[in-house]
Order: sequence, then C-alpha cells, then structure tokens
Amino acid sequence: MVEKTLLSVENLQLHYQTRRGIARAVDGVSFDIRANEALVVLGESGCGKSSLAKALLRVLPRNVHRFSGRIMLGETDIMNLGQEAFRRDVQWTRIAMVMQAAMNALNPVVRVGEQVAEPLRVHLGWSRQRSLERVAKTFELVGVSTDFLQRYPFELSGGMRQRVVLAMALVTEPELVILDEPTSALDVLTQASIMNVLKRIKQEQGTSFMLITHDVATSSEIADRVALMYAGQVVEVADAGDFFHQPAHPYSQMLMASVPRLRQEDEPAHIPGQPPDLIDVPEGCRFADRCPSRFQRCDREPEPFRVSARRHVRCWLHAPDATGGGDS
Amino acid sequence: MSAMPDTAAAPAQSTPLLSVRDLHTWFELRQWGFLRVGSVRAVDGVSFDLARGESVAFVGESGCGKSSLARTLLGLYRPTSGDVVFDGHHLSELAGKDMQWYRASVGYVQQDPYGALPPFMDVRRILAEPLRIHGVTDRQEQERRIRQVLDEVRLGPAEAVLEKFPHMLSGGQQQRVVIARALVLEPSMIIADEPVSMLDASVRVEILNLLRRIQTERELTLAFITHDLSTVRHYADRIFVMYAGRVVEQAPVSELLDHPQHPYTQALLAAIADVDAANAQHQREVPLGEPPSLLHPPPGCRFHPRCPQAMAGTCDVDDPPVFEPRPGHQSACWLHR
Ligand SMILES: Nc1ncnc2c1ncn2[C@@H]1O[C@H](COP(=O)(O)OP(=O)(O)OP(=O)(O)O)[C@@H](O)[C@H]1O
Ligand SMILES: Nc1ncnc2c1ncn2[C@@H]1O[C@H](COP(=O)(O)OP(=O)(O)OP(=O)(O)O)[C@@H](O)[C@H]1O
Ligand code: SF4
Ligand code: SF4
Ligand SMILES: [Mg+2]
Ligand SMILES: [Mg+2]
Repeated sequence: MVEKTLLSVENLQLHYQTRRGIARAVDGVSFDIRANEALVVLGESGCGKSSLAKALLRVLPRNVHRFSGRIMLGETDIMNLGQEAFRRDVQWTRIAMVMQAAMNALNPVVRVGEQVAEPLRVHLGWSRQRSLERVAKTFELVGVSTDFLQRYPFELSGGMRQRVVLAMALVTEPELVILDEPTSALDVLTQASIMNVLKRIKQEQGTSFMLITHDVATSSEIADRVALMYAGQVVEVADAGDFFHQPAHPYSQMLMASVPRLRQEDEPAHIPGQPPDLIDVPEGCRFADRCPSRFQRCDREPEPFRVSARRHVRCWLHAPDATGGGDS
Repeated sequence: MSAMPDTAAAPAQSTPLLSVRDLHTWFELRQWGFLRVGSVRAVDGVSFDLARGESVAFVGESGCGKSSLARTLLGLYRPTSGDVVFDGHHLSELAGKDMQWYRASVGYVQQDPYGALPPFMDVRRILAEPLRIHGVTDRQEQERRIRQVLDEVRLGPAEAVLEKFPHMLSGGQQQRVVIARALVLEPSMIIADEPVSMLDASVRVEILNLLRRIQTERELTLAFITHDLSTVRHYADRIFVMYAGRVVEQAPVSELLDHPQHPYTQALLAAIADVDAANAQHQREVPLGEPPSLLHPPPGCRFHPRCPQAMAGTCDVDDPPVFEPRPGHQSACWLHR
C-alpha cells in the first residue's frame, strides 16, 4: 500500500515581535503527516508547540514578526492561499483544531449543540436543521448522549465538555485534526476514555491527528510518529516505537528517562537546567548547555540530519560524517 | 474503639503522629443563599493512622474529597463529626496558643502554586511572615533560617532570589518557595495538595524528588495528594485510594500497585499507560460513567453503578465495611467477604 502524505511542512518559521526583541517560537520546523497517521508533538512548556499549531491553521496574533516556510496539504500549497480561500477551503473544512484549554472557552450562554453546529453553519453554510442532525451524529461518535445537545456548558462535567469541543473539531469531518493538550486537565479515567475515542475515530474515519502534549505516557496511546520540540525547533522526529524505545537525540534520551512509570522500579531522573530564552537563543546547538555529550562541533548549529528513512535528528552526533562523538 | 484493624506492616512500636477516626466534612448546600438543598458529603467517614516519618499518598479523581480532607486536617474546615488526634492532642480542643503550635507543626503546600504566593511580597518577606507570626522576631535569626531553608529547597544562592517577587520566578521556582514556606517553621508533618499538578511535566519529577529528599532527611511525615498514580511508587510508602468521600483501599505502595484489590483501584491502574508504542493498538478498559454526586451518593457501595463486578442485592443495598484481604492491605468491597 502506498502511504499518502497528507501534510508536509518545510522550514516553517513563526516569530513574534515583543518589547524585549524577537521571539523565535517556531524556527525552522519540518515534518510530514501521512493520511490516517497520528503525529504527537512533545516538548516542555514554552518550546513553541501551540505556536506551531496556530501557524498551521493560520490563527495568528497581531504581533507576528515573521511567518514563512512551505505547507502543503495534499496537492495544495496552503501557505500561498489568500486569506479568503484559506478560510473557505482549509480552516475547519480540511484542518480543524481543538485549542489549548478550549473546554473552558465554551460560550456559557449558548447551548452546546448550537456551538458545535457553528463550524458547519459558518464554514460550510449549512442550514440549522441539517447542521443539528450532523451534530447529533458527532455527539454519538465522541460518546456524548444526544440529550446533552440542549444543555449549557456549566451543566457538563469537565470530561463531557472536552468531548464537546472534540465534537466541534470533528463535525465538519476534516482530514486533519490538531489537538492542543486535549487531556492535560482531566482525571486518568476521563483521559483514558478520551484517548479511546480518538483511537476509534482514527480507525473508523481514517482521520489524521496532530496531538500536542507534554505527557509522554498519554501520547503513546495514539502516536504513530513523534516530533520532539526544543526551543522552537524539532530536535527529533521518528516512528513512535523508535522514539519511545530507542530515542536518538540526547534530549530525547533524557526526556524518556524522566518519565515516571507505574510498573517499573527505576526512579525517574529529571533534566537539569532550563531551556534558553527564545528571544536570545544560543548560536550553536540550543540544547548545548544541558547536554552531557556536548563537544567542539556543538558551537555551530546542527541541522536535522536524516539518520534513516523515517528519522531525523538535529544533533552533531548524528551527522553523516560523525564518528560517534569526540570528533572535531 | 477504632474501626480500623492495626496493620501488620506497621507494628505497634509507637503511637501514630496523626490519628483520624470516622471523619466527616459536609458542606451545606443552599440555593439563593438560604434554601437548604442538602449536604455535600466531601469527606464521609474516613479513618487512618500516620506513623512518624512516613510518606503517604492520597489518590483519587477530581472532586472525591482530597482537598477537603487536607483542609480539615489542617484545621481550616471544622469537621461535621469525627476525630483528629495529632501527637496526642485532639484538634477539636485546640485553641489560642495550642492552635498556633499546631499550625507551626503542620506545613501546607496548597494545590495552586500560582495563587499560593502573595504577588506583592518578595521572597524574603514571604518566608519571614510565618516566622514573625510565630514569634521569631530577631532579624538575624530570621535571615539565618530563611537562607537555610532556601538552600534546602535548592533555591540558592539566596542573594539571587530573596528580593524577587513571585512573577519573576518560573513555576518550578515558585513551587520551591511554597515548599520553603511550609518548611520554615520546622514542622513535623507536611500536607502537600497536588504539589506538582500545575507544573510542566519536566519540572514535576524534580520537585517530587526534592520533597522526597527533604522528607527523608528531616524525618517528616508527608501526606501527599495527587491524581497521578504513575508518580506514587517513588514518592510514598503507603497509598490511600479515595472514591466519593471515602478511602476505599489502602496498602503499602508496591503491595497496592502489584496486587490491587478494590475494583475501583483496579480500574484506575488499568487506565494508566506506561509509555509503550503498543498502547496505540488497542482500546483501554475504562469503567462507564462518572463519579457520583456527593449530594446524593448512591446507596450501598458508592462505586456500584460503575463496577463491573457489582452484585445485585448486596452492593446496591449495603455499604461494604473494610476488609483485610491480604496482610496489611485493606479494601472496602464485598468481594472480600
Ligand atoms: N503572541 C505572542 N507574542 C509574543 N510571544 C509569544 C506569543 N505567543 C507565544 N509567545 C511566546 O512564544 C513561546 C512559545 O509559546 P507557545 O505557546 O507556542 O509554547 P507551548 O509549547 O505551547 O507552551 P505550553 O506547553 O506552555 O502551552 C513562549 O516563549 C511564549 O511566551
Ligand atoms: N468550601 C466548600 N463549600 C462547598 N462545597 C465544597 C467546598 N469545598 C469543596 N466542596 C465540594 O466538595 C467536593 C469535594 O471537593 P474537593 O475539593 O475536596 O475534591 P478534590 O478531590 O480535592 O478535587 P480536585 O482533584 O479537583 O482538587 C466537591 O463536590 C466540591 O464541590
Ligand atoms: S549537537 Fe552537541 S550539544 Fe547539541 S544535542 Fe547534540 S551533542 Fe548535545
Ligand atoms: S462492593 Fe460491590 S460494587 Fe462495590 S466495589 Fe465491591 S464488588 Fe464493586
Ligand atoms: Mg501550548
Ligand atoms: Mg483538590
């Protein structure tokens, strides 16, 4: 079977203008998502995960300093689409997003059924009746009883509200759904049942996902691929099995060693130090001052080296001519 | 006497530091401010003992009463009924100076670090305040103790942080200040309510390691509340599992994780993934429904509407008492009858 690339991102940059200087929140990011694939984006707080998501859906703040790169969605170069065409043909119709903390951003005075119908009415121009029928179907898909269509957000538990915002992203049947921290505020049982819903939708509807989280264990519930971000860049992108079980980048290795495991005796080890300020990033490798393997070459910035067909690592240890460290 | 049998794992060598018996904390629920609607049974019959120097974790889903239990133990809520005995003193009988002694003996790390620190005080003042209130007024003595505790939570060099205000600190640093404040009066016990849930995953392990180290070094009793079971193995000696206002299971940590007895605990553990690429290949088993309302808890076992093993005629009628299916391991479930 030929696996089709759905989304292809090349050298994406999103920089913000701030009072202190330019914040390089997304700084040369490249990756692909294939049809019916789930890419998980991991990384510490502030490394640019939400900015990456917003860049893909062009939900940008006013203080953008630079927004560049290439984004192909199927055969369409969506970076070069005009604003009107992008809104009509991409936003919500082909790519939908559940924003970080969206479940707390539901309109308190509008019934949830009407809110979920909104993308259909606004982006597809459907009638109210037709929209509500589709919403009822989507509610069933995410495990919310259709009795809830008439309820207000405050009448729903956190888990139910999260399913409602998920329904809002799925209701237009997009090809790609971006989920920004969809379960981080929820209890373990609620988290597990939401992940179950995502797995089922992926299997039954063939949807692709980009899931943003800093919870490595939960991410493994759906990941086919993993991209790890650090200071605005993707430092490693690989198949989930390779990433979780044989991480290649020094930061990936330290991250995996810091994950608490219920069923293992090894004590989690934290990663000393802090990520750099995105306004004043170091010249060489951005991870250098926390990296135990640092060597001379690291004073220059590494590029994402291709170490196998499915894996890129932004680290000099993985340069094609590297001798396993220690070279100059 | 006590409804809870002595555990085999904790021999009766010494009296417990904290002893809790049949504790209830109910909140009156009123509509329009005066119409009594009923009572929210946030803590509804909880009993346990904590030994000196022991670290225990309370785990359970949102709303099961963990913070209400913590705040009742701290004397911030008056229990509806039941007894809390700390170091031989009945909490209900403490007043004035004795209450001050109690507050100095039990440190509190509250749930939300961002709301925990007064924004208009610098770190020095945040740490000096409790000392001043508890009669340590000598400037040099204050400074000495503040520096010592900052060092202990690894926030040194003191010069770099003493003059900073909370907003100038990262989340992890703020949480260290909260912990330092809880330690500065040299308490014998710390109650930490979700000390890391608001922090970035990468900082969590660091703060938990810190708490564990201080607990061991100072031989503190630590009651630590969490909804994240995956961290408890390394940070607690014993676990209490709470559901709908009650403790449904308790045991030493590896005993509980390796041989969970109560169906609710089994469901919780089954829902937690350890990282593995194979997780994506199958659905996880999750009990249906959500925890019950504490205003009208179901009759019988509170877990029965969701329990895959519920026995009609028993579980939906009679409240299960505490059984001891394995030595030192207690579980409130009819299956152990
Ligand atoms: N509109 C903006 N203007 C200026 N800086 C911004 C803006 N939005 C985000 N930033 C900064 O860009 C960086 C990346 O932010 P982003 O929200 O993308 O991170 P994140 O990885 O999603 O973090 P978290 O895990 O905390 O959600 C941060 O340093 C943030 O402060
Ligand atoms: N001061 C209060 N007045 C009235 N009801 C309260 C009060 N504090 C808590 N409750 C209710 O008591 C129940 C238990 O709440 P509590 O905060 O103790 O739970 P929790 O286990 O700490 O939850 P979480 O994990 O969300 O922090 C909830 O139904 C809550 O709404
Ligand atoms: S490039 Fe050098 S400093 Fe950066 S991660 Fe690799 S070894 Fe470490
Ligand atoms: S008492 Fe009955 S309903 Fe409750 S947990 Fe045990 S088997 Fe399930
Ligand atoms: Mg974010
Ligand atoms: Mg709480």
